[in-house]
Amino acid sequence: MTSGGIWFRLANLDRRWVYLVIGIVTFLPIIFYIGVPVSITPEVQAVYRKIDSLSPGTVIMVPMEFGPSTMAELEPMARAVLRHCFSRDLKIISTALQIEGVILMEKVLRESAAEYGGKYGEDYVFLGYKPYPDIVILNMGENFRKPFPRDYYGNNLDDLPMMNGVANYSNTACIVNINSTSGVDYWINYANGRYGADLALGVTAVIATDYYAFLQSNQIFGLMGGLKGAAEYERLIGRRKDIANRSMTSVSVAHLFIILFIVVGNFAYFINRGKGRA
Amino acid sequence: MRREVPLTIVFVCGAFMAFQYFVPHYVSAAVYQYALNWTIIIGIFTLAVGIGSLIHVHYDRISRRKSTWLYSIVTLAGLSFMAVLGILSPNALTDSQGLFMKMYFYVLSPVQATMFALLAFFIASAAYRAFRAKTVLATLLLLSAVIVMLGRVPIGDMISGWLPEGLRISDVARYILDYPNTAAKRAR
Repeated sequence: MTSGGIWFRLANLDRRWVYLVIGIVTFLPIIFYIGVPVSITPEVQAVYRKIDSLSPGTVIMVPMEFGPSTMAELEPMARAVLRHCFSRDLKIISTALQIEGVILMEKVLRESAAEYGGKYGEDYVFLGYKPYPDIVILNMGENFRKPFPRDYYGNNLDDLPMMNGVANYSNTACIVNINSTSGVDYWINYANGRYGADLALGVTAVIATDYYAFLQSNQIFGLMGGLKGAAEYERLIGRRKDIANRSMTSVSVAHLFIILFIVVGNFAYFINRGKGRA
Repeated sequence: MRREVPLTIVFVCGAFMAFQYFVPHYVSAAVYQYALNWTIIIGIFTLAVGIGSLIHVHYDRISRRKSTWLYSIVTLAGLSFMAVLGILSPNALTDSQGLFMKMYFYVLSPVQATMFALLAFFIASAAYRAFRAKTVLATLLLLSAVIVMLGRVPIGDMISGWLPEGLRISDVARYILDYPNTAAKRAR
C-alpha cells in the first residue's frame, strides 16, 4: 500500500478509534498523576482578592446553580470558594435555583462548612430552591424573605441568628454566583443591573467566553471559567492537590490530542483531495 | 385574537415595568412589589402547565406507539416514581439514607454526569471529521480554536514558556478572548 492508502484510511478512520484514544489519554493521567503548573489569571485573582479583603463576620452570597452534568467543573470551584469563605469567617447565604442540583449543592455547602466547624444558622444559611430563577432573583433584591420565608430545612428566616439585619443584596458584601445555566444573565441583569450588587461569576468553560464582555464593562468584578478556573482558585487558597489541580493534566493532554486529531484530519483531507485531483 | 390579546398584555406589562424602573415615586414602588407577588403565583401555575405538557406529549407517543414510545414509558415511570417517593417520604430532601437521596446520588447523578462526559468523545470525533480548513475564514477559526484550547490549559504555557511574555500561547489566547471574542459577543 502506498502512503496515499494510509491517508485514505486515516481520513475514513472508524470513530471508535478516536473514542478509544481520548478515553485512554484522559484516564491515564488520573492514574499516573503528573502535576502541571497552573498560571493564575487576573479575573480569578479578582474574585480571590475581593473575598480575602472582607472582614470576618461579613455576609456574602454564594448562590450555586449546577447539576450532576456540570458538577465535574463547578463542584471543585464551589468547594474552593466556600472553603475560602469559611476560612475567613464570612457568613454565607446560598441558594440553589436549579432543581437538578439542589441536593448536591446542599451536600457541598454542608461538607465545606463542616471542614471549618461552621454552624448552620450562625455561619451559613441555605435557602434552597424556588422555581423561576428570574422571579426569585428579583424578589431577593427586595427581601430574601419574599421568595424564601423559610429556608431549605423549614426554619423561619427570622429565627436564624445570621439573618438578623440581613434583608436583601444591599446587606451582603458581594455575590459569587457559580452557575452552569443561562440563569447567569438574570444575576447580571437583576442583581447587578437593577440592585447594584457586586457580582462575580463561576461558570463552565463553554459559556465563560460569553461573559468577558461583562468583565470589561465592570458589570462583574471577577470570572472563573471551568475546571481551569477552579484549579486557579484552589492554588490561590493553597490547596494544590485538590481535584481540579489533579485533573489539569488530563484536561491538558485531552486538548492536545484533540488538536492532534484536527491536524491529522486536515492533512488526510488535503492529501486525499490532491490525489483525487490527480 | 388568540395571539393579539396575550401579546398586547405582555407588551403593556413589559412597557410599564420598564417605565416603572425610572420612576422613584412610592406608588411606583408599591406597584412593583404587587407585580412581583403576582409573578410568584403565576410561576407556580406555569409549573403545572409544564408537567401536564410533558405527560401529554409522552402519553401521546405511547398511545400511538411512535418510534420511541418505550423511552416515553421510562420517562413517565421515572417522573411518577420520584414524585411519589418525594411526596410520601417525610424527609426526602434531608434524609441522606433515604431512598430518594440514594436514587439521586446513585442513579440520577451518575447518569447525568455520564451523558455530559460523553460529549468529550463526540467533540473529538466531530473535530477530527468535520473541522476542515477549507476556506480562509475556516482556517482563521481553526487557528483561533487551537490557540484558545491550548492557552486555556497549563500545557499551553509549558509549550510556549520560552517565548517572551506577551507572545506565549496563553497571552495570545487572552488577547483573542478579550478583544475579537468580546467584540463579537457585544455585536451579537
